[in-house]
Amino acid sequence: MSLLAATNLSLSFGGVHAVEDVSFSVNKGEVFSIIGPNGAGKTTLFNLISRIYDASNGSIRFNEQDISQVPTHRIAELGIARTFQNTELFEQETVLRNLLIGQHVHRRTNLLQEFLFLPSARQQELRFREDVEDVIDLLDLQHYRHQVIANLPYGVRKMVEVARALCLKPMLLLLDEPSSGLNPEETEDLSFQIEDINQELGTTILMVEHDMNLVSRTSTRVMALADGKLIAVGSPVDIQQHPEVLKAYLGE
Amino acid sequence: MRFIKKTHYIQDIQLFKHQGQIFWYGALCITLLLSPLVLPDFYLGELSMVFIYAIAGIGLMLLTGYTGLVSLGHAAFLAIGAYTHAYLLAQGWPFPVSIICATLLSSLVGAIIGIPALRMTGIYLAVATLAFAIIVEQVLSHWESVTGGFRGMAVELPSIGSFALDDSVTFYFLCLFVLAGCLLLALNLLRTSTGRAMTAIRDSEISAQSMGIHLAYTKTLAFGISAGFTGLAGSLLAHKIGYLAPDSFTLLTSIQLLLMVVVGGLGSLHGVIYGALFIGLLPQGLALLRDTLPPALAQIPGLEPGIFGLILVLVLIYEPQGIYGRWLKIRNYFEEFPLYRKATHKRQRSYLRTERLK
Amino acid sequence: MEVLQLLISGISQGCVYGLIALGFVLIYKATEMVNFAQGDLMMLGAFFAYSYVNIFELPFYLAFPATILTMAMVGALTERLLLRPMIGEPHFSVLMLTIGLGFILRAVAGAIWGNEPRALSTPYAGGVIDLNGLIIGDENLVIILGTAALCLLLYFFFRFTRLGLAMQAASQNQLAAFYVGIPVKRVYSMVWAISASISAVAGILVAPVSLIDPLMGFVGIKAFAAAIVGGFGSLPGAIIGGLIIGIVEQFAGLYLPTGFSDVSAYVILLVMLLIRPQGIFASMQQKKV
Repeated sequence: MSLLAATNLSLSFGGVHAVEDVSFSVNKGEVFSIIGPNGAGKTTLFNLISRIYDASNGSIRFNEQDISQVPTHRIAELGIARTFQNTELFEQETVLRNLLIGQHVHRRTNLLQEFLFLPSARQQELRFREDVEDVIDLLDLQHYRHQVIANLPYGVRKMVEVARALCLKPMLLLLDEPSSGLNPEETEDLSFQIEDINQELGTTILMVEHDMNLVSRTSTRVMALADGKLIAVGSPVDIQQHPEVLKAYLGE
Repeated sequence: MRFIKKTHYIQDIQLFKHQGQIFWYGALCITLLLSPLVLPDFYLGELSMVFIYAIAGIGLMLLTGYTGLVSLGHAAFLAIGAYTHAYLLAQGWPFPVSIICATLLSSLVGAIIGIPALRMTGIYLAVATLAFAIIVEQVLSHWESVTGGFRGMAVELPSIGSFALDDSVTFYFLCLFVLAGCLLLALNLLRTSTGRAMTAIRDSEISAQSMGIHLAYTKTLAFGISAGFTGLAGSLLAHKIGYLAPDSFTLLTSIQLLLMVVVGGLGSLHGVIYGALFIGLLPQGLALLRDTLPPALAQIPGLEPGIFGLILVLVLIYEPQGIYGRWLKIRNYFEEFPLYRKATHKRQRSYLRTERLK
Repeated sequence: MEVLQLLISGISQGCVYGLIALGFVLIYKATEMVNFAQGDLMMLGAFFAYSYVNIFELPFYLAFPATILTMAMVGALTERLLLRPMIGEPHFSVLMLTIGLGFILRAVAGAIWGNEPRALSTPYAGGVIDLNGLIIGDENLVIILGTAALCLLLYFFFRFTRLGLAMQAASQNQLAAFYVGIPVKRVYSMVWAISASISAVAGILVAPVSLIDPLMGFVGIKAFAAAIVGGFGSLPGAIIGGLIIGIVEQFAGLYLPTGFSDVSAYVILLVMLLIRPQGIFASMQQKKV
């Protein structure tokens, strides 16, 4: 069943066609990877799906709904969460508070209840705290709960970024180059975590990646982009042997 | 060193984290409640002023320290709160109703200001608030029928029904309780979703949006809440100074509020209290100092703002985390004694991160 | 005729705003620091000029460069002592620091020269030019011509020296600028020195028209508005913004009720921030994530 469907998606910056006429769909429960050389338009595609950019052409359907015009902050409510290539964490806050901000979409209290800290607000805070703890357990962040982000090593920050996205309890998780900057052991841990997220939580994952090992190990399907255009979609094995893909990476 | 053993999530959420906090804050409360027994009226008046500054400071801290929106014109909200309250009292409205209306009006104006402010960032926002404050100052000076213009406006004495609140002791308690209430409201706000949304906007707007935080709504809310607290302070200030004139709410006042927030320690409510103590008590300290200085130095006009400026500059260069930051370091030293390492708080060399590519 | 008269006054006042705004923008372009004490630097320049002319009794053609030199040193010293420790600190902190600096400068000026307004004697004071009924005071003429000359000088200076390029590099990626060998700290000092000198010129030019006193620096706030109207990263924008505000103020004083001319600068500023926040000559860009 198609969870996300992009049709003829295009975006140009001035004369540069960042994304040109890209159509694809992601099925529920898949791990779908997007690969391509630098400048292929992968992150732009992510920004289009998470509505940070407006497409100049084409449409996006998520969960049977057209989301092409939806404002940026509504995307989280609809069930899409994302991580950023250069982590965009809340640097001055602790890991715990970062994750709690991820719970914002589940907020049911209004301003007055919060000001007076009525029992409804209290219950909600406890619930948030418990849910956040589940994510911490899943990704092994117990040691870092009360540490301020600015003091954390790079690998941990990437984990916190993923954890924060998971706190939204999304249907679709967009991971933007999750393994960049990680050493081989951390990348291996990451592949297990992606499996866990996909299988235990049932989250569909859409991932931009450069590490082909990680892609082969975790993905159901792979899409290759080059110069903003889609050149191939298929299983990891097929894509790795696809002539167009090889041409894009290695030249003629 | 204190290790807190946590057995329930409520311990992460409740206001007092451990017995020690309850003890010290309790002692503080008792001291404040009993001070009218020992302090002369003059000092009670000074403390009332500190409380009023603190309430205004809570407003500004929520906006600037927690949401990251710089306001160079917060005195405008003090003025709006003060004049509205004085005007309504003069019309015969009862004190509690008048003060609440003044607060709400101030909130409303703040929210209205917040709307155009959505399109501005950083320095542009700061300057816009500055322009706004100057315009408000002009409006108040020229709206003679309501505000008495440059002649000013007398403020009635506060009273609830027939219970007068105008002597030093009752006014002191009034200010103290309002401050306590405001602190509680602010603390509640900060430990729930809205408060976290505000700090999220401060740290990364794009990220906040991806978490489902409605930027426009939260920023407008921050402005409104901030203006409300400051307006409330303004109403109390009206009673304290007794006679309102436009030159009580100038650019200098706005900068004093910012000074309070920065020197106290940006990003914490403790900072508000320390900052309020600083600007409330410094003039007295200076007056005392003047007697000991040689006449040449003591007679400089603009000595007081000059000293303020000097302290601000020194704080920003040597202790950017303000008084509260310094206190935390001192407390850390004693907590870890004798294993304290000076390098714990050593500031890293940092480089300019350009904001023009935002 | 009255319209032309107002126009001249507006241009003259606008030039003063523009010069101070130029000082702001210069520092901002190079260091991304907003200097709220720019108006007070102008005030100091005016006072130093006063001292050289009226107290030390130097002839004007010597006092002028002496003031420039003195203020250049003040600018560089300020940068060295106060601003250099703040490199890399958040922009808001630097803003607050310059606000504090303004307080300090005013107190120092009050201490040295006292609070009574002073008048600067200039060789061109009092004279007027009569162009068919259009009266232009010599002071206004000097302001306008002086501003034009200074702008031309600065244009050549930045076009044909490496300093301009170094400035831009240092502000766009400071760490990288260090790596490629740009003496970033020295660039900063030079920029502050130049900026302070420009403000000193503004002070000297405006002194005959309005008296010198420690609070004259508050005109800096309007200059700030001018810089934003023109576009905060743009040097010509600073002058254009100043002219716009200067001219509108004069006409507001004539056609609108009292009090409006005072706020017209801020109203223009707010309108600009609402419809085109980047100013007339924009220079902000969008961050790509």
